[in-house]
Amino acid sequence: MPLPDSEKNEKLFQDTVDQDIRIEPKDWMPDAYRKTLIRQISQHAHSEIVGMLPEANWITRAPTLRRKATLIAKVQDEAGHGLYLYSAAETLGISREEMVDQLLSGKAKYSSIFNYPTLTWADMGAIGWLVDGAAIMNQVPLCRASYGPYARAMVRICKEESFHQRQGFEILLVLSKGSEAQRRMCQDAIDRWWWPSVMMFGPNDEASPHTAQSMKWKIKRFSNDELRQRFIDVCMEQVKLLGMHLPDPDLKWNKERQHYDFGEIDWEEFRNVINGNGPCNKERLAARVRAHEDGAWVREAALAHAEKRRRCYA
Amino acid sequence: MPEQQWPLWEVFIRSKQGLDHKHAGSIHAADAAMAMENARDVYTRRMEGVSIWVVESRYIHASNPDESSSLYDPANDKIYRHPTFYDLPDELKHM
Repeated sequence: MPLPDSEKNEKLFQDTVDQDIRIEPKDWMPDAYRKTLIRQISQHAHSEIVGMLPEANWITRAPTLRRKATLIAKVQDEAGHGLYLYSAAETLGISREEMVDQLLSGKAKYSSIFNYPTLTWADMGAIGWLVDGAAIMNQVPLCRASYGPYARAMVRICKEESFHQRQGFEILLVLSKGSEAQRRMCQDAIDRWWWPSVMMFGPNDEASPHTAQSMKWKIKRFSNDELRQRFIDVCMEQVKLLGMHLPDPDLKWNKERQHYDFGEIDWEEFRNVINGNGPCNKERLAARVRAHEDGAWVREAALAHAEKRRRCYA
Repeated sequence: MPEQQWPLWEVFIRSKQGLDHKHAGSIHAADAAMAMENARDVYTRRMEGVSIWVVESRYIHASNPDESSSLYDPANDKIYRHPTFYDLPDELKHM
């Protein structure tokens, strides 16, 4: 059989994407598309898994049983989201083991937001509102991503994220109506989480060289700056309900643009945290490595047990 | 020696009585019982299902997209399999 013409394949692939027909695991796809997806999906999965750590920090100290139950449910969802995404990435031919290795060896990245510490209970609120809010802004368009298994995982995730964001906002709302100390705690958490959340959308468009290709492949539907602007506009309205403010003196309505103008982002800090020098990078990775190593005997024992049962009932 | 991995399983969920099981995703598990538990925890945290099937992924045989034309095209020239192919008067009722 003659080898399929790679240009013909490429054209057929792009036509399929252009018609908004999804690409499925066994379909032909360009190598770079596969690689980009593996990188993006596994990074997202790692972020969900590492993202459990800052919140787990407050489970034992949640102020009420209701808060504890809902926080546990949220952290459990994040584990679930990580698993949906790992399994979507596996359809592209990378093994789970390889992805876990990449995370634990520090080769793979995850969202740098999780390298910030959670200092007070109000951080659970600010993370839910701002961090999950930014994540939702990023993720909703991914429900229409061109790769079928990824888009389907994102549909599930987005359905569940909205509970996270509402939970966070409610935590802040209660604090905002509390004592002077609680109100201070609420504002302090917003002050610390605002800029890292704004950075979650990634570099400015002109510093984001892969955006154009990802848009052509319909892995990405909006640019970093478009999504960031949308997030800022939404938060500026929402913060009013809390009677708090966002820590950016340059935030003001621009009538001409019909958007809020905002201040300069500290990209130096962004790069620093991405490159491993954030407040908690080492701690987060160490916690993951320890969990993986401590779980090794469980994984082994489960396999041995399964094997023994197979022999007994064969 | 590299650690041996838990095999991959595909998960199918019936969302309510009367509907088919539908593919939900996959999980890793050492055996069927664990696959069932993991599928429950990962894919039905919000009453998404009333019944779960798990099957080890290596037992699934999938058609190849390159063979789509030989598998599906022949049906195109057999439109007489569809009811609209037949020319019948409008007066004909209950058919």
